[in-house]
Amino acid sequence: MSEELTGAEITIRCLQEEDVECIFGYPGGAVLFIYDELFKQDKVKHILVRHEQAAVHAADGYARSSQKVGVALVTSGPGVTNAVTGIATAYMDSIPLVVISGQVPTNAIGLDAFQEVDTVGITRPCVKHNLLVSDVNELATTIKKAFYIAATGRPGPVLVDIPKDVTQQKIVFEYPEKLSMRSYNPVIRGNSKQIKKAVDLILSAKRPVVYSGGGVILSDAAKLLTDLTRMLGFPCTNTLMGLGGFPATDKHFVGMLGMHGTYEANMAMQYCDVLIAVGARFDDRVIGNPKHFSNENRKIIHIDIDPSSISKRVKVDIPIVGNVPDVLKELTKLLKQRQDEMDEKALDEWWKQIDLWRERDCLKFNRESDIIKPQLVVEKLYDVTKGEAFVTSDVGQHQMWAAQFYKFDKPRRWINSGGLGTMGFGLPAAMGVMFANPKSKVACITGEASIQMCIQELSTCKQYRLPIKIVNLNNRYMGMVRQWQEFFHGNRYAESYMDALPDFIKLAESYGHVGIRVERPEDVEGALQEAFKLKDQLVFLDFITDQTENVFPMVPGGKGLSEMILV
Amino acid sequence: MENEAGALSRVAGLFSARGYNIESLSVAPTEDATLSRMTLVTSGSDEVIEQVTKQLNKLIEVVKVIDLSDGNHIERELMLVKVRAVGADRDEIKRLVDIFRGCIIDVTDKSYTIELTGTSSKLDAFIGAVDSSTVLETVRTGASGIGRGDWTLKV
Ligand SMILES: Cc1ncc(C[n+]2csc(CCOP(=O)(O)OP(=O)(O)O)c2C)c(N)n1
Repeated sequence: MSEELTGAEITIRCLQEEDVECIFGYPGGAVLFIYDELFKQDKVKHILVRHEQAAVHAADGYARSSQKVGVALVTSGPGVTNAVTGIATAYMDSIPLVVISGQVPTNAIGLDAFQEVDTVGITRPCVKHNLLVSDVNELATTIKKAFYIAATGRPGPVLVDIPKDVTQQKIVFEYPEKLSMRSYNPVIRGNSKQIKKAVDLILSAKRPVVYSGGGVILSDAAKLLTDLTRMLGFPCTNTLMGLGGFPATDKHFVGMLGMHGTYEANMAMQYCDVLIAVGARFDDRVIGNPKHFSNENRKIIHIDIDPSSISKRVKVDIPIVGNVPDVLKELTKLLKQRQDEMDEKALDEWWKQIDLWRERDCLKFNRESDIIKPQLVVEKLYDVTKGEAFVTSDVGQHQMWAAQFYKFDKPRRWINSGGLGTMGFGLPAAMGVMFANPKSKVACITGEASIQMCIQELSTCKQYRLPIKIVNLNNRYMGMVRQWQEFFHGNRYAESYMDALPDFIKLAESYGHVGIRVERPEDVEGALQEAFKLKDQLVFLDFITDQTENVFPMVPGGKGLSEMILV
Repeated sequence: MENEAGALSRVAGLFSARGYNIESLSVAPTEDATLSRMTLVTSGSDEVIEQVTKQLNKLIEVVKVIDLSDGNHIERELMLVKVRAVGADRDEIKRLVDIFRGCIIDVTDKSYTIELTGTSSKLDAFIGAVDSSTVLETVRTGASGIGRGDWTLKV
């Protein structure tokens, strides 16, 4: 095959070679040749968003809800700077993305050319890796590398910056079959000595807890984790990123842990004697104050693919660096043989203690209220969708209620920006989810502040007929900000009131969607049912909720896990 | 690390982003032109150094990281110093340079330029020993390090 292709053709061919079905993007000068090639083929579908931030969030939602690498395409300069929030969001949650950005021609780089920014420089701290292609001969290898790096090891976004002249130059195309990178070899298998030590420790446990995070979802280890935990009969808690890694309706599940975790999960975490951390990273929103956490004696086993996550905030006793599924398989095999050595009596006692904590009923709320309680909406959403929906969210109180009240039994169903906490994520992420799972129910739980950060995507949803159900928990406040101001700033609600809100119903209608306003608790379920009956329509459900409701439990910043504010 | 554009800024960026301090950093290509060798001097608690090592290892272009201070090693730094040298000072400075086993590599009727190699503390000692009012300019490379004995760091 000696036909010469342009850099732009090569770019598209590489995407085809990587089996990319769809990419999310926005055109501009530096990527016009690439768009021209997109136009001439129909294997890779291009989804036109309305803002580059949304392109990256959509690619991100696509990746989170499937197992694939998400792809976004943006132009140089402002295209890239708009994309940065999306890239940083994906980076913080370790989501595999390839972002292709146009760049000014190589001979213009450094001359403050029109729409030039130092893309590699700007994105460096928020990508797993980035690469500037300064020679068309390296283009194919670079793109192949980008996909490889994004998806392997601890995943993450990789950016490929392609100058315009490179997209015009012609060479013979050949997609490399293999890559050899001496400086990048992610570990796969855990150290078997460490795994044996872990087995001994697990068998000696009297008050064990399994604590699992996003790594379990990303590595598709949910089934392995579930089987192992059930076999052992241990309690399991998930982080915000790890929800769905263990079925929320299982009796071994003690709920989410952390700042807004359940009483039982946080207490169990604090007072366990053996902690099995799987694909989680002990971050500040999860264990609160690390000093307070270390006041209690417990032994910790930590399984993670990223060595730098281990002993970063909390010193662990048995680190196991490796691919989570591989390590879990080996652990399960060894534990099966020695299951009779477990201390069942102690475990029973431990469960009794946990059940006492459960009786505290930490997620209770006023069900008699004649104003809509936001928790109720999430509960009803769970009922109406039979727990089968993909749920994306924005950031704030609604996000926490979604995490607390929608019981995720499967991985990749709960899609939220945990690490960066990016308002504006929910709607574009839901678009990505729709493209990866076209026939599924997709709901975006949001707040009236967050939804306005990427509201323009209602237009994209119209163009591609995406029947997302937007569940707007409208409390007329940046609720989470208001809650902190109420608790820690003497009820001074500085700039957290959402004044001058649009009429969301009319707004949705003006984009060609359906809008439903719900003001009474007794109408909540019916409205949701009606919305999901409209199978081909995006429905914007505007729930007018209680302005004063707060998220409980809450571990205030700097406090220990057991120092929760309870309702 | 890979001798590629941008690799150095990734290391420097990592240190500033994570709040680690860099006391000195020196880097140049090796006998294998595709590789650069960097010596970076930093300080911190054991936990911090562990994180620094792990984070460096995570950078895609970094091929291998070793902590030279874990074992016996040799450290050298090069310094060039321009000093005012007039009258009786000329002999005095010459003597001092000899004591420190440096050499004078450029001379004018008003100044000497001195080359000195050694550990960073030896270079500090030299600066401490010359009359500070005569020092016109100094430039230092930062330390380069290598393990002692037959042991080598090879890829
Ligand atoms: C882009 C961005 N800006 C600011 C914040 C800080 N922030 C966190 S939650 C929040 C309020 C969100 O309000 P809303 O979307 O109405 O949700 P609610 O908390 O009321 O449920 C703000 C401003 C953020 N997370 N992201």
